[in-house]
Amino acid sequence: MSERLKRTLIVMPAFNEEEVVGDVVREVLRTLPGVHCLVVNDGSSDSTTAVARAAGATVAELPYNLGVGGAMRLGFRYAIEQGFDNVVQLDSDGQHDPRSVPALLDALDRADLVIGARFAGEGDYEVRGPRKWAMRFLAATLSRTAGTTLTDTTSGFKAMGPRTVSLFAQHYPAEYLGDTIEALVIAARAGCTVTQIPVSMRPRAGGKPSHNPFKAAAYLGRAFLALGFALIRPPASLRQEAASV
Amino acid sequence: MSVTSYVFGVAAALLTLFVVIEMLRRRQLRERHAIWWLIAGFLALLIGLFPVILEWAASVVGIDTPTNLVFFISIAILVLVCIQHSAELTTLESKTRALAEDAALHDLRLRKLEALAGVGTERGDS
Ligand SMILES: Nc1nc2c(ncn2[C@@H]2O[C@H](COP(=O)(O)OP(=O)(O)O)[C@@H](O)[C@H]2O)c(=O)[nH]1
Ligand SMILES: [Mg+2]
Repeated sequence: MSERLKRTLIVMPAFNEEEVVGDVVREVLRTLPGVHCLVVNDGSSDSTTAVARAAGATVAELPYNLGVGGAMRLGFRYAIEQGFDNVVQLDSDGQHDPRSVPALLDALDRADLVIGARFAGEGDYEVRGPRKWAMRFLAATLSRTAGTTLTDTTSGFKAMGPRTVSLFAQHYPAEYLGDTIEALVIAARAGCTVTQIPVSMRPRAGGKPSHNPFKAAAYLGRAFLALGFALIRPPASLRQEAASV
Repeated sequence: MSVTSYVFGVAAALLTLFVVIEMLRRRQLRERHAIWWLIAGFLALLIGLFPVILEWAASVVGIDTPTNLVFFISIAILVLVCIQHSAELTTLESKTRALAEDAALHDLRLRKLEALAGVGTERGDS
C-alpha cells in the first residue's frame, strides 16, 4: 500500500481555509504515510499558505482566484511534472476523511477515475429539496454517459489514475461546477472508466462553506447548463498529450 | 433631405473614421479589432455622400422606410462585434489562467531550488 501512496499526490484546493487547513494537512500526512500533499492556495486573503506550509504541505500559490477547476489543473500539471501516477482530490475543510483514500486508490485497479460517493450507504450526509432532485437528475444522466451507476456526481472527493491525470492536466475545466460535472463528462467521453465507492462525509471542521442554501436555485440552473454544454462540446482525446497546454 | 442633414451625416461618418484611424496610428487599437469599425465608418460615409444607394438597397430588400435598413445594419454590426468581444475575452481568460498556473508552478520550482541551495528567502510568506 505505501508503495502506492508514494506514487500518489494529494491535491487540496483551498480558498481562505486558514482555520482548518493545518489540521487537515497534518491528519492527511499522519493517516497516509509516504504520501505527498499539495495545497493549492487559490488567491486567499488569509494565511492559508503559511498555515499549510507549517503543517508540512507543499503549497502552490495562484496569483488570483481561479476556482476549484483552475486549482486542480495546476495540481494535475504538478503531478505530471513531478512524476506522480495518481492524484487524489481532497477538500481542505476537513469534510473528506483521509482514511477513505486507500480504498479510493485500490479502486483505481479497475477504473481510471474513482468517485468517493457520499450517499452510497456510509455516513449520514444528506441534502434536501431542489438540490437533491438536481443531484438525482445529474446522477442519472452522467451514469448513462459513463456507462456505470453513479449516485453522487458532485463529490469533490476523487482519485485519478495515470490516464485521467494526463487528460485532466490539459482539459480540466475552470467553469463553475466544471470541476465536478464537466470533468466527469470529459473523462468518460475520452474513454476513461469511471466508478464510485462509498465514503462517509464529515461536517466542516471550521471556516465558511462557499455556497449557502439560498444559492440552491441558482445551483440547480447552472448545474443543468453545465451538464448540457459538457455533453454537446466536442470530446477531448487522450492522444494529444504532446500538444501544448 | 435638407443640406444640413446631408452635411451632418457626412461629418459624423468622417469623424468616426478619423477617430478610428487616429487610434490605429497611435497603436491604441489593433487592426483586427478596428476592422469592423472601419467597415462601418466607410459604409456610413458612402451612404452620407450618396443617399440614393440607401434608397436603392432598401427597395432591393423590400424595406419601405430606408432608415430602417440603416438601423438594422447598425444593430447587426454592433451585435456581431459584441459576440466577437465575448469570444476574445474567453480566449484571454484561458490564456491568463494558463499563465497563472505557470507562475505558481515556477514559484514551486524556485522554492525547491532555493531550499537545495540553502538560500531560502522569506518571499511569499507574508
Ligand atoms: N481553489 C479553490 N478552492 C475553493 C474555492 N472555493 C472553495 N474552495 C475549496 O473547495 C473545497 C470545498 O469547498 P466548500 O465550500 O466546502 O464546498 P462544499 O463542500 O461543496 O460545500 C474546500 O477545500 C475549499 O477550500 C475557490 O474559489 N478556489
Ligand atoms: Mg466542504
